[in-house]
Amino acid sequence: MEDWQNGGFGLYIHWPFCQAKCPYCDFNSHVSASINEESWKAAFLSEIDRVANLTQGRLLNSVFFGGGTPSLMSPDLVNALLDRVRSSWTLANDCEITLEANPTSVEAGRFIGYHEAGVNRLSMGIQSLRDADLKALGRMHTVAEARSAFDIARNTFDRISFDLIYARQQQSLNDWKNELTEALDMAADHLSLYQLTIEEGTAFGERYSRGKLRNLPTEDTATDMYFATQEICDAAGMSAYEVSNHAQNGSESRHNEIYWRYGDYIGIGPGAHGRLTLDGEKYATDTLLSPGLWLEKVRKTGSGEHSRSLLPPDEQLTEFLLMGLRLADGIDLARAAEISGNPLEVTNQFLFEDGLVKIEKGRLMVTPKGRPLLNAVLREIIP
Amino acid sequence: MTDLNLIRNFSIVAHIDHGKSTLADRLIQSTNTVADRDMKAQMLDSMDIERERGITIKANSVRIEYKAQDGETYILNLIDTPGHVDFAYEVSRSMQAVEGSLLVVDASQGVEAQTLANVYHALDADHEIVPVLNKIDLPAAEPERVRKNIEDVIGIDASDAVEISAKTGLGIPDVLEAIVTRLPAPKGDRDAPLKAMLVDSWYDAYLGVVVMIRVIDGTIKKGDKIRMMRAGATYGIDKLSVLKPQMVDIAELGPGEIGIFTASIKQVRDTRVGDTITHDKKQTAEPLPGFKPAQPVVFCGLFPVDSAEFEDLRNAIEKLALNDASFSSEMETSAALGFGFRCGFLGLLHLEVIRDRLEREYDIDLITTAPSVIYHVHMKDGTMVELHNPADMPDMTYVDHIQEPRIKATIMVPDEYLGDVLKLCQDRRGVQIDLTYAGSRAMVVYDLPLNEVVFDFYDRLKSVTKGYASFDYVMTDYQQDELVKMSILVNEEPVDALSTMVHRHRAEARGRGMCEKLKDLIPRHMFKIPIQAAIGGKVIARETLAALRKDVTAKCYGGDATRKKKLLEKQKKGKKKMRQFGRVEIPQQAFINALKMDD
Repeated sequence: MEDWQNGGFGLYIHWPFCQAKCPYCDFNSHVSASINEESWKAAFLSEIDRVANLTQGRLLNSVFFGGGTPSLMSPDLVNALLDRVRSSWTLANDCEITLEANPTSVEAGRFIGYHEAGVNRLSMGIQSLRDADLKALGRMHTVAEARSAFDIARNTFDRISFDLIYARQQQSLNDWKNELTEALDMAADHLSLYQLTIEEGTAFGERYSRGKLRNLPTEDTATDMYFATQEICDAAGMSAYEVSNHAQNGSESRHNEIYWRYGDYIGIGPGAHGRLTLDGEKYATDTLLSPGLWLEKVRKTGSGEHSRSLLPPDEQLTEFLLMGLRLADGIDLARAAEISGNPLEVTNQFLFEDGLVKIEKGRLMVTPKGRPLLNAVLREIIP
Repeated sequence: MTDLNLIRNFSIVAHIDHGKSTLADRLIQSTNTVADRDMKAQMLDSMDIERERGITIKANSVRIEYKAQDGETYILNLIDTPGHVDFAYEVSRSMQAVEGSLLVVDASQGVEAQTLANVYHALDADHEIVPVLNKIDLPAAEPERVRKNIEDVIGIDASDAVEISAKTGLGIPDVLEAIVTRLPAPKGDRDAPLKAMLVDSWYDAYLGVVVMIRVIDGTIKKGDKIRMMRAGATYGIDKLSVLKPQMVDIAELGPGEIGIFTASIKQVRDTRVGDTITHDKKQTAEPLPGFKPAQPVVFCGLFPVDSAEFEDLRNAIEKLALNDASFSSEMETSAALGFGFRCGFLGLLHLEVIRDRLEREYDIDLITTAPSVIYHVHMKDGTMVELHNPADMPDMTYVDHIQEPRIKATIMVPDEYLGDVLKLCQDRRGVQIDLTYAGSRAMVVYDLPLNEVVFDFYDRLKSVTKGYASFDYVMTDYQQDELVKMSILVNEEPVDALSTMVHRHRAEARGRGMCEKLKDLIPRHMFKIPIQAAIGGKVIARETLAALRKDVTAKCYGGDATRKKKLLEKQKKGKKKMRQFGRVEIPQQAFINALKMDD
């Protein structure tokens, strides 16, 4: 058995367009006046053919439409791509097909179409349940719109997740507790709760560096919010299975678990990354960021892949730990030894003594106490 | 050989920033010694560090040909000297090689303490001094006030000071004329046996050891067999040149001339500055008096951050020592820092320059421990131990008393900052010796313990006076005081590299200061860290560094793995720059910054 099979196999499709760029977002998203869906369809179909050829005979565990804003794609386009996916691989019985959607009324109108195309899970970018905050975050929807889009989604899909961002400007600990409680009342089976991170190269990043992003909660308050999040979600039966992801038992995102469990995933579309095992070697792949250049490259060369680099065992181990220790159930130590060729030794006893990590049944886990310190823990553990 | 009457040898005395290097550049440029296209700023400062810091570290010289108004062409030899107190010994010996000095004073500022010290070196060497008022083009220039200031403070006539702007070139011809008409020609006997002074020597990667000389009597030629009288060694001259400022070979140097030679000399240590050079066959009867070699007064430990670089550090230190006889080193081991070297320096600037060169020219990351002076530890059995490193302090039960070196410090400061300066000196256990005024500037003289000065006294002085004070010192003697060794414990573990000798009465304040500093300098860990200062077993100050609460990346999906991996690799690299003490990692800069006090 090859190592990636422990993590599964998924396909990520990146739709790089948004109606507007959100000031906090550092993803590869672009605003374009006119998008020729036909040429994008042709390029994506060609890419699916190319990567399917590399991975013949594999069972596909997941497909994920991410972005950008994939809910700007027409259901027809989604259907065409999924048709090609279905004819290219054998899909697992429980194959998860997720699409990221914004909760505007226009987009909600397409939900049924997506479902009919084969999408079985919706991930909604609600971000906040406060109108003023939605405005500050540059979102195009209101809370009322988000709630009604969510209702439509609930009537259409069995599995729905939505995102919220906390530690926003002007937000107090109590504000967040109240908002989170409301969110849990409406939640289906999955929630992604992210602390606002100010990224370089974003509008927020630029304002922050000029000292113009005012009234952000202090680091201490943001930490209090993190702990409150854990407490409230635990009580609601939506414990964190990953640093920022909460789900009812069994409703974890299978696609994201491929990343965290270090399976193989193919990324197609501008800026999409992949990890792919070919002839027993693991490779990191990426694609061109610019939508125009990517499109042209696919058309001219028949491949959107920009680079493919071999991952030596030590880098694989780093990635395996970096991703795997984000999960509550951690990593399999036998697998770590298998990847690197050496047993993984955690020499810093204090990590155990202080209850930041533990080993149970051959798995190394970062505890709920250690998880908020994950970066520091990783610096100690990664050889 | 040049007629003695057509030679003028001089140096330039100036405070940092008063325009010495710019004036030298202008003199070189206006006499076409260097073609304009080859001209670069600070022509005489060849080390990167000299150019960057705008200071001169090693003496250097340039030979300028100048056609004067009297129609004669003169040879002007400028010896450029360091301005900083650490290199005072270089100044005093260079002064012995020339007959006159230009005293450059910023016309908007006035005389500074270092200028004063260097003028005294010039007066000691019986120099004729021509005052030059620079920066005369600045709106803030007050030539009349500064003229009076020179007369009051130094006691020389400044009525015919030359007014110039080295920056714009204004007045440069007047300086050249003043050199010719107001400075004396050298004296010397061409027919007497060779007598030349060894002014300086340095190691050149291509030529080996290069020796700068000033001929007093006789002549010297390529091929001559010479003797260094004090060193007792003989050499054959391989190459004889003058500096313009690049080397130009010359057939012969006669009395009054300045030049350089190479003679297959292996290392700089084989040459003694101030030594007398004569012909091996026909020796001069009276050697020059010579100079006392400079002694290191400040010591610190230098350790490689990466212990695998110890051998690289050893090689680099050996190479630097080839060129700098005033810098000493011996191997040292520290429980905290591993293998390294205990090094001796002429002062703090010297320390910083050497450390910068090791890091930059030899690419070695260093941990520098707190600077220390040499204590005389008098034992109960009557013996005396020279303590270079507080970590080596003997058990106090065997110690009778401890003596520390003291200095006489001269500080010149505008009177609005005088109060702050006096407070600073008092806080540093100073005893006032003198306080006088010259116009609106005060000159204070203090007797201070050197250990209170080596660390950050100069930084503090600059900050309390907004840079308007100047400072100079000479070592005086050793005096007994109540000195104790203070240890620092991080997470209950003593960190030997942070041990310091302090005065008992200042121990608590200093210990508290260090604990507070370390609290800021050590990054938060996953656990809380007590930081304590102790004398013997007694804790005198304590701070607690709170535990890190949160450090986690909120989002990490398939597209982030590469980026996060790189970030983590960078952080791991940063971790390598830290030193592990038990469970705690201390960043290298903490070792030196922990002692900087904000009093």
